[in-house]
Amino acid sequence: MAKYLLLKHYRGAPEAVNCEPMDQWTPEEISAHVKYMQDFAARLEETGEFVDAQALAPEGTFVRYDGEGRPPVTDGPFAETKDLIAGWMVIDVDSYERAVELAGELSAAPGAGGKPIHEWLELRPFLRHEPAVTE
Amino acid sequence: MDEALLRSLTPAALGILVRRGADFAAAEDAVQDALVEAIRVWPGDPPRDPKGWLVTVAWRKFLDATRADTARRRREDRVDEEPAPGPASSVDDTLQLYFLCAHPSLTPSSAVALTLRAVGGLTTRQIAQAYLVPEATMAQRISRAKRTVAGVRFDQPGDVATVLRVLYLVFNEGYSGDVDLAAEAIRLTRQLATAIDHPEVAGLLALMLLHHARRATRIAPDGSLVPLAEQDRGRWDTASIAEGVEILQAALARDRLGEFQAQAAIAALHADAPTAEETDWVQIVEWYDELVRLTGSPIVRLNRAVAVGEADGPRAGLAALAELDDSLPRHTAVAAYLHERDGDVATAARLYADAARKAPNLAERDYLTRQAARLNTRRT
Repeated sequence: MAKYLLLKHYRGAPEAVNCEPMDQWTPEEISAHVKYMQDFAARLEETGEFVDAQALAPEGTFVRYDGEGRPPVTDGPFAETKDLIAGWMVIDVDSYERAVELAGELSAAPGAGGKPIHEWLELRPFLRHEPAVTE
Repeated sequence: MDEALLRSLTPAALGILVRRGADFAAAEDAVQDALVEAIRVWPGDPPRDPKGWLVTVAWRKFLDATRADTARRRREDRVDEEPAPGPASSVDDTLQLYFLCAHPSLTPSSAVALTLRAVGGLTTRQIAQAYLVPEATMAQRISRAKRTVAGVRFDQPGDVATVLRVLYLVFNEGYSGDVDLAAEAIRLTRQLATAIDHPEVAGLLALMLLHHARRATRIAPDGSLVPLAEQDRGRWDTASIAEGVEILQAALARDRLGEFQAQAAIAALHADAPTAEETDWVQIVEWYDELVRLTGSPIVRLNRAVAVGEADGPRAGLAALAELDDSLPRHTAVAAYLHERDGDVATAARLYADAARKAPNLAERDYLTRQAARLNTRRT
């Protein structure tokens, strides 16, 4: 019973094995990829391990406080894609091993040529709010 | 409407239905239907025998559902031959239900969910809120758990240790929403203790009562962690401590020591000290030695190192710590504390910051970060 964030991002991680950009795939390959992700989420809903998942738009805006009575400063969007966050999924599982297993499964989504993309997913445990009882 | 009464009657009614031949999932549905009707009817027309009423209505709901299922004609004939429902002793049935909900074929999270639903009588929404997951997720977890135990025979004795582990998980879990899981775990363990005479059940109940007695003082109003030594002992729940100690002493007198009794003994020694300085650390170390013998757990050895540090000084604590794997959770935090007590402030500050990065929850991370900051401020 621990929650983990599966983060699909591309920030200094090694490249996926099957790393051809999505816009070079065939429409069928894209459909197969999307279906894999949907089926994966549906399966986790079945097992009672699904919490939430969202896709994110590739472009973000940086926002900063600019002093009393002034509107926040915005900057970007930036064309730089090396810290692109594509989306995330939150799971609630019994063990770290199970979380790794599921992340591995998600990383096997089919890409170009129908082969698994082997993309890197970051797996991050949630910090719980309540401390454990033992003192 | 007495919600506590209804919830305490739920497992009894469920147990009786299952014993009479209803399968677990159908019995659970029928009891839930009966509970809904009780909430509607009881305020205007309270029954003289609430349990008898609940069992009778649940059994009728179960028969209705079974009759509606024409594909199960054969089974309907069988259940119709069962004796008419009425008041019955439920102690044994409730106990069986605990065993079923903690069945080893279930994952820990499924066992916890099923126990809270079937034995605790909580709604799926309440359980989902407590565990911060969507209601649909919790509903799936519960229905899968029901399917998993559907074929389990109800008359086989279960494993008490498994049941205790599930209740301990409930107690240890964080809570939000409108159910206090720690209080719920105590209620269920208390109920289990009346149904079964077992020193470790008593040990777990004592442990929960002793921990719970200090809960109000463990977290400051701003949500930050208050370590044991700094807690306001005047605000500890003395009635709960007294009850815990009494239950523990009766259990220990039976001379069948188990890990929950040993843990409760340590909690009792903490609760017993009028001030942190007067804590009997020598005896606490002895109980940790027992716990090491019973469990061999590395976490227990880590806690023992803390106690040794208090009983025999920080150098002895560090020596005990040196024998343990430094990848253990909280190992770094313990090392930081012992180094500070030994006067090595620079090392302690570095280790506190390191421990904060590895902390498993927000309150602990913030506490450790403040410790590091406190020492760093003192040095400059």
